[in-house]
Amino acid sequence: MPRMSQAILAINFAGPHVAVQDGGRHGLMRYGVPASGPMDRTSFAAANVAVGNPAFQPAIEVSMGGLVLDCISGEVTFAVAGGGFIVEHAGDKRGAWMVATLRAGERLAIRPGHWGSWTYLAFAGHIEAKIWLGSMSTHSLSGLGGGRLAAGQTVTVADPEVRDGRHGPIICPVIARPRSALRVVVGPQDRFFSKETLSNFVSSPFRLSDSYDRMGVRLQGPSLAPSVALDMPSEAIVRGSVQVAGDGVPTILLADHQTTGGYPKIATVVDSDLDGFVQLRPRDHIGFLAVTPQQAIEHIRLRASTMSRYLAAVRDGP
Amino acid sequence: MSQDPSAASGSVPTYRPVGGHAVLVEFGATIDKRIHDQVVKLDAALKAAPFEGFVEAVPAYASILICFDPLVADHRTTEAAIAELLGAEVPQTIGAMREVEVCYDADLAPDLAAVAEASGLSPEDVISAHLSGDYSVFMYGFAPGYAYLAGVPKAIQQPRKPAPIRGIAAGSVLIAGPQCLVSTLTMPTGWWIIGRSPTKILNPASSDRPFLFDVGDAVCFRRISRAEFDARCLA
Repeated sequence: MPRMSQAILAINFAGPHVAVQDGGRHGLMRYGVPASGPMDRTSFAAANVAVGNPAFQPAIEVSMGGLVLDCISGEVTFAVAGGGFIVEHAGDKRGAWMVATLRAGERLAIRPGHWGSWTYLAFAGHIEAKIWLGSMSTHSLSGLGGGRLAAGQTVTVADPEVRDGRHGPIICPVIARPRSALRVVVGPQDRFFSKETLSNFVSSPFRLSDSYDRMGVRLQGPSLAPSVALDMPSEAIVRGSVQVAGDGVPTILLADHQTTGGYPKIATVVDSDLDGFVQLRPRDHIGFLAVTPQQAIEHIRLRASTMSRYLAAVRDGP
Repeated sequence: MSQDPSAASGSVPTYRPVGGHAVLVEFGATIDKRIHDQVVKLDAALKAAPFEGFVEAVPAYASILICFDPLVADHRTTEAAIAELLGAEVPQTIGAMREVEVCYDADLAPDLAAVAEASGLSPEDVISAHLSGDYSVFMYGFAPGYAYLAGVPKAIQQPRKPAPIRGIAAGSVLIAGPQCLVSTLTMPTGWWIIGRSPTKILNPASSDRPFLFDVGDAVCFRRISRAEFDARCLA
């Protein structure tokens, strides 16, 4: 297999929120630093494993805006996984969930397709980008970490490899499809809401609004206005917190959420339902399903074993 | 700051499940030093003796969030582990004293005059009052390295501005109500900017201490001249 010391990719076009991510910056929430990392960790891991990498090696997260890059020099095997994005490469037009090799002079374009909000571009090699507090994940608010990608920049992949034995499709599993039924554990501030509001929360449909980024997504639906004065001291927030502002509008907090806040949280989405949730698009409907804490644990454990079997199958190759 | 009965009686805190991977431990519902001391104490006990499956703890004013690995622990085992830690004797933890330098020159302190006017004091009196505060780190939040210090003297306390101002320089020394913080990133703020500090609260280049404070630390401000400020910024 040919081997060169680096592949250089010139960004021809990048939509908003296109940035380097890795497994996330964990353990620093106590210092105000959210974990960041990929919005859809399932697809991210699939892209990496499909080219033979560890599951959370740095890769590029691509939003609905898309990404077009030109290979200036070198050659490298890549994977695209996540959503129903369209991949145009070397005269071919295919769906995401594929592995191929990008060579000097070729263009790779990733554009939104029929479904999904985020897709991942992983390389058989090492992306050169800045590390901040031990991680290349990009914190969207500050741009710290590996950083956002913009037209005119280049991305260097060190020690690129051509792994043509990995070319072909990647299985897109059910767990990587959009998820509109969200399991939630009610609380920790359910006491701030009336019985009627709590009942509306789990029985009414909501929709994703256009106000959707890496920090969170605001929902449209019945007002969930708290029934008591908002005087709680700020406290920690997790990814998946359903926070309700004073105007009754709920927001589901995501990868780059602020670590603390003073608005009540009516419920918390079970973490393993979030990867599918973020693949929904603005105006898609969702509904909440209350489960007990123990049911949430059981769901997470079942999901983890499904994920590990899936990644093992992808690792074995096409 | 009103008192919380649960703090006085030393009764068991409230445990609230958070999704499938965390428990929120509440010691009260108000911003109160005695309640916060219990948060700091449990945080220290967890650090000294983490239970199996412990992932991270996020201390705040009156509560601490305990995240666990759901493949190893669950809410019930986590609550049991915390209850045991609360009962255990932990060595008295005294927060370190951290010094933060601050320059109050007018161009670095755009709101100093307004705070003075609203407080009925001279700018120099506002500075003296700010320097005399008894500060401690209650929590981090809002943005990386944003440490909320309580302890601003009553005489200079101001409610936050009606709307945030964008693009405020990192290092700005901000006050609102009883709280003070030194910003670490260029960000919007609705707090009052009364000075600027060259002391890095967030210093990613430092591998041993990327964050200057731990929750529970005491903080004192030391006034520096413009010449010292400029020299520190170049260093």
